[in-house]
Amino acid sequence: MIDTLLQQLEQRFAISNINQGRKGLTNCHVDKDKAESMLRELRDKHDYVHLSFITAIDWIEDNIFTLVYMLHNFEQNHSLSIHVDLDRDNPVMESIHNLWAQGWTYQRELKEMYGIDFPGSPRVDEEFCLEGWDQMPPMRRDFDTVTYSEQQFGHRDGRSTEDPREYMRENLYPERGGDAK
Amino acid sequence: MSQENIFDTKANPIDMDSGKYVRVWQGPQHPGITGNMAVELILDGDTIIDCTTHVGYLHRGFEKLMEGRSYIQNFTVVCRIAVPEPAFNEYLYAKAIEEICGMEIPERADWIRTLNLEMMRLASFLMWIGGMSGAFGLYTVPNWTIACRDYVLDLFEEMTGGRIYHMYMVPGGVRGPLPDGFEQRALKVMDITDKLLDQVEKAMYNNTVFKSRSKGLGVIPKEMVDPYGIVGPNARSAGVKRDLRKDEPYLMYDQLDFDMITGTDSDAYDRAMLRLLETRQSVDLIRQCLKRMPTDGAFQIKDMPNVLHWKVPKGETYVKAECTRGEYGYYMVSDGTEQVRRVHVRGPSYTHAIAVMEKLAVGTNIADIAGLMVSLHTYPPEVER
Repeated sequence: MIDTLLQQLEQRFAISNINQGRKGLTNCHVDKDKAESMLRELRDKHDYVHLSFITAIDWIEDNIFTLVYMLHNFEQNHSLSIHVDLDRDNPVMESIHNLWAQGWTYQRELKEMYGIDFPGSPRVDEEFCLEGWDQMPPMRRDFDTVTYSEQQFGHRDGRSTEDPREYMRENLYPERGGDAK
Repeated sequence: MSQENIFDTKANPIDMDSGKYVRVWQGPQHPGITGNMAVELILDGDTIIDCTTHVGYLHRGFEKLMEGRSYIQNFTVVCRIAVPEPAFNEYLYAKAIEEICGMEIPERADWIRTLNLEMMRLASFLMWIGGMSGAFGLYTVPNWTIACRDYVLDLFEEMTGGRIYHMYMVPGGVRGPLPDGFEQRALKVMDITDKLLDQVEKAMYNNTVFKSRSKGLGVIPKEMVDPYGIVGPNARSAGVKRDLRKDEPYLMYDQLDFDMITGTDSDAYDRAMLRLLETRQSVDLIRQCLKRMPTDGAFQIKDMPNVLHWKVPKGETYVKAECTRGEYGYYMVSDGTEQVRRVHVRGPSYTHAIAVMEKLAVGTNIADIAGLMVSLHTYPPEVER
């Protein structure tokens, strides 16, 4: 059943890198311009009615963002993980908020965290988690969290350790330079 | 609800200058809110005409943190993603690594994990019942259920050494076997819980105030379930038969005797009743686990990896489990190095707290917004990760 579906998708949408994970999970790649229509067809004709999540992976070494759409078919108990590669320099993807009503939330988060744009998606430019953020989208691999926090919050000395005996002497007998006798 | 209405997001702009409406924030610090999140409400009289969920008050960047730490270090991170229910994070994180590495864990470890997850479900539901009761002004029940939850936390402390964060399920099995006499002590706690749930049913579920305020509140129509990705008791209450423990059995659930519980009315009361029944079911499953689990045998694989120099092979997977709120999932990508390339945590609250909450709040009385929110059972940390 699943094999037949994958063959159909291969013919209609030229999916590639088909990779069988554990039982009940298949990964595949599809081109960006065919992704929306494939997702629509999977939802409407093949019972992949459940969108588990949308997320992204930053393959900075290849200059690619990979979007991952995880769909699920409850009749077959099968999940389809659909990967879509986007150019990292111009990451724009068609919105699917008309296919799944919670889709805009994921897209809004991806815009904030990765800088991937979904034109037409409701409230896509609203802040999601970050208030007044003016830096690079923080989930990108080249965003350095250590540098950011050092610049933002400044250096704070760590705790210092005192030798208890010396410390007590210096505080109890300061006039004698810490000499107890 | 028509198809157009389902997808409708903020279709009608509200003229705040007309003086007819009032904007009220509930949260981020408020007794009637589930954790640190906020809902921005626009009121016409005392009726909500618009709701916007704001998150971010708990954003600690867990997913980003994980990319910079070793696999074993992440165990201290993942459990903090859902504070009242950390065990599901531990299990799924360990399970994802095991799947990519191709590890097969011993049967005894699977039984202990099943027991651990059901105990977690029980503890979380007890906390939820208290929250739900409190949201409707019944302040006796939370004292009972939180006290009872503490007995369950005692069991966790015995089993794992920790009360809240356990870090007990590691790739390859669990950290240790159950202590001597655990079964007897656990059964005693289950007897206490049974009696408590009878009392809760009388004091809360039969209470006229609770019934009249929660019946008809926040009805989720069946046709909303798929477009909004609604899962768990929120979906089952709408009559949708979906439970990962039955549909795609993991651990030892295929050997346990239990039925999927569904509702019909899909309102706050129905969801509360369904959760009470699932709490009772959880007690039963814990008893079954204790009775049937092997008392000897390996609880870890023989060759546990050296966690300090641990390279997980290249690969990716998505693993999921049925937590108290529905499908909880971990999507993991490994690039073959000592650090995980990407982890995405799929929490049910992501859609329940934002898209669903914003939809259901419209038309609700402001006095019931806390009850509505609790009835959806949301945890903000799993929204922001």
